[in-house]
Amino acid sequence: MTSLRTWEVEVHWREACGDDPRAVELRGQLADWLDCRDCGIRVSSLFYLRGEALEEEQVSLAIEHLLSDPVTQECELRDLGDGEKLSDPMAGGDGGHVATVRKKTGVMEPVEESLLKGLDDLGMGGLMVRLALRVRLSLSMTAEQRELVGEKVLSNPAIEDVFWDQEEIPSPFSAAAPYEFSLGKVELSGVDDDGLVALSLEGQLSLNLDEMCTIRDHFESLGRPATDIELETIAQTWSEHCCHKTLPARIEHEGPDGEKFVYENLLKETIARATEELMAKEETPFCLSVFKDNAGVVAFDDEYGISFKVETHNHPSAIEPYGGAGTGIGGVLRDTLGTGLGAKPIVNTDVFCFGPPDLAMEELPAGALHPLRVLRGVVSGVRDYGNRMGIPTASGALYFDDRYIGNPLVYCGSVGLIPRSMVEKVVNPGDRVVALGGRTGRDGIHGATFSSVELTEESETVSSGAVQIGNAITEKKFLDVLIKARDRGLYRSVTDCGAGGFSSAVGEMGEDTGARVDLEKVPLKYEGLSYWEIWISEAQERMVFAVEPEKYAEFEALAESEGVECTDIGEFTGNGKLELFYEGNQVCDLGMKFLHGGRPPASLTSVFRKPEAEEPGDGCDLDAGALLRAILASPNVASKEWVIRQYDHEVQGRSIIKPLQGKDADGPGDGVVFTPRYDSLRGIAVGCGMNPCYGDIDPYRMAVSAVDEAIRNIVACGGNPARTAILDNFCWGNTDRPETLGSLVEAARGCYDAAMALGTPFVSGKDSLNNEFRTGDGTLSIPPSLLISSLAMVEDISCSVTMDLKAPGNCLLLVGATLAELGGSHYAKFSGGGGDVPHLPPEAFQIHQAMHEAILQRLVRSCHDLSEGGLAVAVAEMSFSGGVGARLRLADVPRPGGEDGLDDPGLLFSESNCRYLVEVSEENKDAFLSIFAGLPAASIGQTCEGETLDVVGQDGAEVVLSESLEGLRSSWKEPLIFDAV
Amino acid sequence: MAKVLVLRTAGVNCDEETAHAFRLAGGEVSVLHVGSLLRGEERLEEFDVLAIPGGFSYGDDLGAGTVRANQLRTRLAGDLHDFVDEGKLVIGICNGFQVLVRLGILPGWEGDKVASLIENVSGKFEDRWIDLRVETDQCPFLDCKGEHGAPCPRYLRAPVAHREGRFFLRDPDLLERLRDNGQIALTYRQGSGDDDPEPAAAGGAYPANPNGSVLDISGICNEKGNVLGLMPHPERFVHRLQGPSWTRNPPGASESALETLSSAGDGFSIFSGAVGFVNDRADKIR
Repeated sequence: MTSLRTWEVEVHWREACGDDPRAVELRGQLADWLDCRDCGIRVSSLFYLRGEALEEEQVSLAIEHLLSDPVTQECELRDLGDGEKLSDPMAGGDGGHVATVRKKTGVMEPVEESLLKGLDDLGMGGLMVRLALRVRLSLSMTAEQRELVGEKVLSNPAIEDVFWDQEEIPSPFSAAAPYEFSLGKVELSGVDDDGLVALSLEGQLSLNLDEMCTIRDHFESLGRPATDIELETIAQTWSEHCCHKTLPARIEHEGPDGEKFVYENLLKETIARATEELMAKEETPFCLSVFKDNAGVVAFDDEYGISFKVETHNHPSAIEPYGGAGTGIGGVLRDTLGTGLGAKPIVNTDVFCFGPPDLAMEELPAGALHPLRVLRGVVSGVRDYGNRMGIPTASGALYFDDRYIGNPLVYCGSVGLIPRSMVEKVVNPGDRVVALGGRTGRDGIHGATFSSVELTEESETVSSGAVQIGNAITEKKFLDVLIKARDRGLYRSVTDCGAGGFSSAVGEMGEDTGARVDLEKVPLKYEGLSYWEIWISEAQERMVFAVEPEKYAEFEALAESEGVECTDIGEFTGNGKLELFYEGNQVCDLGMKFLHGGRPPASLTSVFRKPEAEEPGDGCDLDAGALLRAILASPNVASKEWVIRQYDHEVQGRSIIKPLQGKDADGPGDGVVFTPRYDSLRGIAVGCGMNPCYGDIDPYRMAVSAVDEAIRNIVACGGNPARTAILDNFCWGNTDRPETLGSLVEAARGCYDAAMALGTPFVSGKDSLNNEFRTGDGTLSIPPSLLISSLAMVEDISCSVTMDLKAPGNCLLLVGATLAELGGSHYAKFSGGGGDVPHLPPEAFQIHQAMHEAILQRLVRSCHDLSEGGLAVAVAEMSFSGGVGARLRLADVPRPGGEDGLDDPGLLFSESNCRYLVEVSEENKDAFLSIFAGLPAASIGQTCEGETLDVVGQDGAEVVLSESLEGLRSSWKEPLIFDAV
Repeated sequence: MAKVLVLRTAGVNCDEETAHAFRLAGGEVSVLHVGSLLRGEERLEEFDVLAIPGGFSYGDDLGAGTVRANQLRTRLAGDLHDFVDEGKLVIGICNGFQVLVRLGILPGWEGDKVASLIENVSGKFEDRWIDLRVETDQCPFLDCKGEHGAPCPRYLRAPVAHREGRFFLRDPDLLERLRDNGQIALTYRQGSGDDDPEPAAAGGAYPANPNGSVLDISGICNEKGNVLGLMPHPERFVHRLQGPSWTRNPPGASESALETLSSAGDGFSIFSGAVGFVNDRADKIR
């Protein structure tokens, strides 16, 4: 006879210790919604422990050592007996309201795993534990207010339940019913078009009619119905998310001047083609692995290569920002770990696009989370995952636009270090299929197909199963195992379980051999999962390995010694089939050839029409100084320090040039420099380029500008542009519309031309289409958003430079030509209109090379690239970051266009590409300029004593701008601080 | 040669750079998972220095360092106390400091638990470079006189990166005991860049004191001085080019690569002091 006994432990802050940090934070968040200035707030953690004859003494031990900090916290312990009924949350209260917040059944709760580990150490193995949060508010609230606060502040309805006051709280230990096997079959033979479309919709397969017809014909030829798991497997493998249907499609494109282009495979004929042509010219190998693995790999030195991959996790982040962004970083780290035989992650990057954080509540569309909430959640998600993994998140950017309101963009990148001898991998028939890492649960079912369609106001509820919650420590644990196993040669191939779970991982690895998996062997988080759920679950933190049978025992022992679960779930067979079994019953029998090669090729049409040219505006009412302050304060330019500091960018001790620079370590660096090896002066530089404001006007030029900015970022801090690789990430709206696809084609053309002009190969990329938010009133599509990320080699890290001015009395030189191309610029936002988007000048390659040469010769004290806000923003940032004044003469600005209609503000705020502002000592000035012989470069001013920035206009007499550094600095520093406290 | 154990467990993530720092200082370093001690494959007593590096052990899900401290307490308490009692050296950095405090090894007083490292006043995780002053002269890791290794600068810089680093004593009166015992090892200072030779006390002001620690405490040692815990990360600044503002005073063109590679950062002396102390003690015994 069993005698399960359940205890409830409530842990809260000891009042004598001052303010409770959790209550302070919550008060700040509540203040957005109700007046809670004088209300009492008490936050406590609830722990439910259940076990066979579990005694009070044991629970007290757990309280002392695990559940509470005896110095700052107090506890209440309640005996719940058999645990069927929980305690009354209102008991002993003083009126007011009590909310109990708990993860929905089946949603991952990482704390429970850590607690079980701790209890095991205390000799209390085998207990069941659950957690909840309890909030007591001593104020009166209406039912509506409670609902609002519950939904907007205390919980995320996609993953959590809130119980108010005496509302009955179901026992947290409700056990899932065990699963009983029954094979699901779907007869496709003879089903008509409407029927096929309905099947795809009902099954959340996200397959189009063409694809459904191909599948029907395939099973007709086999003479049998499909099984549900076979359909699921095909849907996952053919999803936009997993195989990218659009970029490799056949596209008939009509360009801006009516010219026709036909691409048989857009990706191969633009982005990959540039890489091919550049690789053919390589004298020493640089691109080691491109477009075929989870990340691209380039050469670092004779022994090591560097991998780089950037992923997006947009739709999950729209619904559950914290979990979505955390699993975004977790996913891209697994890409790094699954590159070759495994790269070790050494730097993370993050780029976010959000709606305006100050959006009025009444303007928020139904079903969308408020941009500020998305921002806070996304930043915390990346912070907690990246920091826990011990990987510096050091490079990134932040953009704001109204069109990101329902559909934010979250780009997460990962740079890894890999021995060159381990870049290739191969699966041999007979190898075991081995799963390593976390257990499989019902999380993230249909994530791959979900991310391939647009979001709607119902997405929050319909797709909550697609939300994944990560546990960074599980991933960190198998990272440690993977690197050790790799160095001991214990496996032959590896890939990550990302979108599509095992179905994509095993499907990809076994593409050339075939694979057989026994699904009941997969370790589960809880009972009740069907065989197809096991197969497509996107539970996080899992990797699949191909292990030679004779090495499995050693592999398993290593995993066990680090506390990581490892399971042999099948075999790579050699018969070219994907065979799945559940308890001996065959549930899937698909040819790998059909699975990977059977998808009907897509054929699309696209068109791009240039929008009506907007003439340059009449200028704006603000004087140059006020305009500069306004642009510095605009969200795309203002300081990102609030975000950056929440990331550990120093962990691993490899950081040489930091994201925040200057006298007080708050200046905005262009790129960052890291040293992958402690024993070498070689390094890498990482940067990025993006400007969604350009895409509406000219997506081709947006692309070339993004590539150029990404190159400027790494050159400015010391990277070698001739040893630089770039990545493309296309985030677009629904490309079923020819115009939307048209702008993507234009951008892809720009990518090719820029890569060729600058000699920088693309080594990896990813696209995310259908970034739209559909509400009752219509569809909100994001602007074309192309992110280019750059990775450069740094020959000697001791030559690296930062952007802060160093000392008075030095020369300020402007490199590159300034032109009248203000379209999409920040200046245009204030002055109206703008004209063309900046082009890529023909001498771009030489300018970047010359800039790098000058840095290598140690001629440069500081260097900053000119991007948003142009010369004025660059010089202001350099000045206030270094605490050194500056004086510029606009008459000396290089402008090969001659008198091209640029007035003083135009010269100050033009965003022409390929420009740097450089601080050089008087004695090095001539040497610097001689490197730039024949290129646009000129001395345009000096650094000076005093805390002001002065600019003399083109006429050589009038001071058109005179601002105190402190004023500029505070305009720039203050806008983007989002503390809840 | 000083034998250094860098002790890993799930979620520890500063082991590699901590090991590198001790190697650079001449230590013979083993990086071991705590499991190899628990299974008896390796023995703590074989080592001279124990380093408990930073990270998020077990995610810090139950409070920083809680599960890791619990693991050491339940499974290795005796060995640990013997190690400390013999006067061998222990350093806990960031999460390692939190573990030592959770274990009561710091401040190392008998009786009730009195100290804790709690959530920063700012309420958030923050990474920033801070200025420090060495306040004790009884700790071999902080050897300002250079008796055993490279002299430790009296004022040094290091990055902090934590959410729970606010040193907190249950009873404020105990502060005097801490001070009188010379157990306050490091305090935060109000730095104003590289050229400030003697930065003023932080005086509790954010961000110089990044977490709101009482008396600006950023590190403490036990009474004997052989156990040091600190929130900042000296292991991330053992080389000059890891520093926050070296580009304001960069290496000259005449400096050789070897010279550049071997120029120390502020944190180096902490590891060299420990290794030197062990080596000198071994010489004396011999």
